[in-house]
Amino acid sequence: MAILRGRGYAAVNYPTGMNLGGDPTQALVHATTTGNFVVSLSSVDLGQGLKTVAAQVAAETLGLPYENIIVDTADTDTGPHCMGTFASRGTHRVGNAVIMAAQEAREAMLEAAAEELEVDAADLETDGTGFIKLKGSEEKKIHVVDLALAAHFKLGRTIAGRGIFLKERSYPEPETGKMDPDSAQAHACTVAEVTVDDETGVVEVLHMYNVYEVGRAINPAMARQQIEGGAWMGVSHALYETTEPYYPVREHGPRDFEEYLMPGPADNAQMTSEIIEFPAANGPYGAKGIGEMTANAPIPAIANAIYDACGVRLTEMPFTPESILRGLDELRARA
Amino acid sequence: MPSSVIEITVNGSEEEFIAKPGTTLLSALRDTLGLTAAKRGCGVGTCGTCTCHVDGEAVMSCLVPVETINGSDVKTLEGTTPPEGLSPLQQSFLDNFATQCGFCTPGMIMAAEALLAQNPSPTREDVVTAISGNVCRCTGYESIIEAILAVGK
Repeated sequence: MAILRGRGYAAVNYPTGMNLGGDPTQALVHATTTGNFVVSLSSVDLGQGLKTVAAQVAAETLGLPYENIIVDTADTDTGPHCMGTFASRGTHRVGNAVIMAAQEAREAMLEAAAEELEVDAADLETDGTGFIKLKGSEEKKIHVVDLALAAHFKLGRTIAGRGIFLKERSYPEPETGKMDPDSAQAHACTVAEVTVDDETGVVEVLHMYNVYEVGRAINPAMARQQIEGGAWMGVSHALYETTEPYYPVREHGPRDFEEYLMPGPADNAQMTSEIIEFPAANGPYGAKGIGEMTANAPIPAIANAIYDACGVRLTEMPFTPESILRGLDELRARA
Repeated sequence: MPSSVIEITVNGSEEEFIAKPGTTLLSALRDTLGLTAAKRGCGVGTCGTCTCHVDGEAVMSCLVPVETINGSDVKTLEGTTPPEGLSPLQQSFLDNFATQCGFCTPGMIMAAEALLAQNPSPTREDVVTAISGNVCRCTGYESIIEAILAVGK
C-alpha cells in the first residue's frame, strides 16, 4: 500500500456571452450636483465584483478618479435594461455599455467646461484627479465639483450619457452550421498535482497551477480571486460535491451543509496563478469574461492526475474514494 | 408557553425585550434589535455566517434560544467595529482580499476574533480549526486564513 503521486493537466477555451435572440446591456451615466457620476445599471453584482469593474471603467473613460463614481444597480423595474449576469458576460457587456455612456457624458462634461472656461471643448483634457483643463495650461482649469454646480445652476446643462452594447442575433448557416455565437474566447490551462492513497482511495490535491488568458484583467486582484476561488470550486466538484451520489438512485443524498461535502479550510491546495493578457478587439479595454470557466479545467486536470498516479480512469464526478478503490480493483482483476 | 422578558448586554449596551419561546439569538439580534451583520445562512448551525460571541465564546446564534442566555454578554460584528475606521482584523480582511461576495464575512470575523482573544499568535492549524465551522463558497479560504494570520503575527 502506498501514497501515489500524479500530475495532470487540462485546457479550456471559454466563450464570453451568448446571442440567443440578441444579447444587449444598457447603461446610463449622469453627474450629480456635486460632481459625482452615477452609473445606472440593472446588472446584478452577486459577489463577482461587477460594480467595482463598472466603476473602474467609468472612471477611466470619464477621466475622473474612481472615488467620483457611484454605481447604482440591480433594480430591474427602473434601471436600464440588462439581460443578466450569466454566460460570463458581465464585464464584457456592462463594460462596453458603460464606456459608451461615459464617452457621451465626457463629451457633455467637456462642452460644459468649455462654456464655463470660454475655450473650445476640443482643447480640453482631464487630468485624472478631478480637473478639466486647457491642454498645456496650468491656470485655465475647473474642478468637476465646480463644473457640475455650474452646469446645474448656472449653465442649465445636463452632463449625462447613454450606452448600449448589443451582441446581435446570429443564425447558423444551414449548409455549414457556421455561426458567430459569442464575442470572445478566454483560454486557460490548469496543472494539478495529486496524491492517491491506494489503500483508502483518498485523493489529495497538493498544488494547482492556473494560467488564464483573460484579454485584460481590469482588476487583477479580483481576477486572481476569481481564478483561485474557481479552482477551489473545481476541486470541490472533482472530489466532493454531489446531490445524488448513487444516481439514478436518489438515496443517500445530502440534506444540509453537514452532509453536502465541500473542501474546508484544512483541505486547501497550494495555488500558483498567472494572468496573460491578449486584449480582445471588442472587449472593454480588451477584457474577456472569466466567470464560469475558472471551475472547468481543474476537474479534468485532477482526473488526469489521478490516472497518472494510479492508472484509474474516472469519467464521473465526484471522484470519490469508493470510485478510486473500485477502479483499482478492476485494474488488479485485469492484470 | 408564555413569552419571557430577556435582559442581555449587546455590544456593551443593556437591552431588554420580550421574546416568544424558542426565539433564536439570531432572530432577536436581527428582527428585534435591528443588528443585521449576523446573517441567516442555513438556520441549522452548519454554515457559520451567524457566528456571534456569548460571554466571549463563538456560537452559532441560529442555534441558541435567546431565553437560555438571559443575563449574558453578547457581541456581534457591529460591536467589533470601532467608531472610526476598521478594526485590525477588518482591515486585514480588506488588505488580504479575504472577501468576495461577503456573505460569510461576518461569521468569519467573529470566529477569528474569538480565536485571537484566546490565542493572540495562532498557528495556521489553529486558524483552520477556528474557521472550520464557517462555509465560504467564493474565496477558497486561503485569503481568509492569510488575513487572520496577518493579524496574529
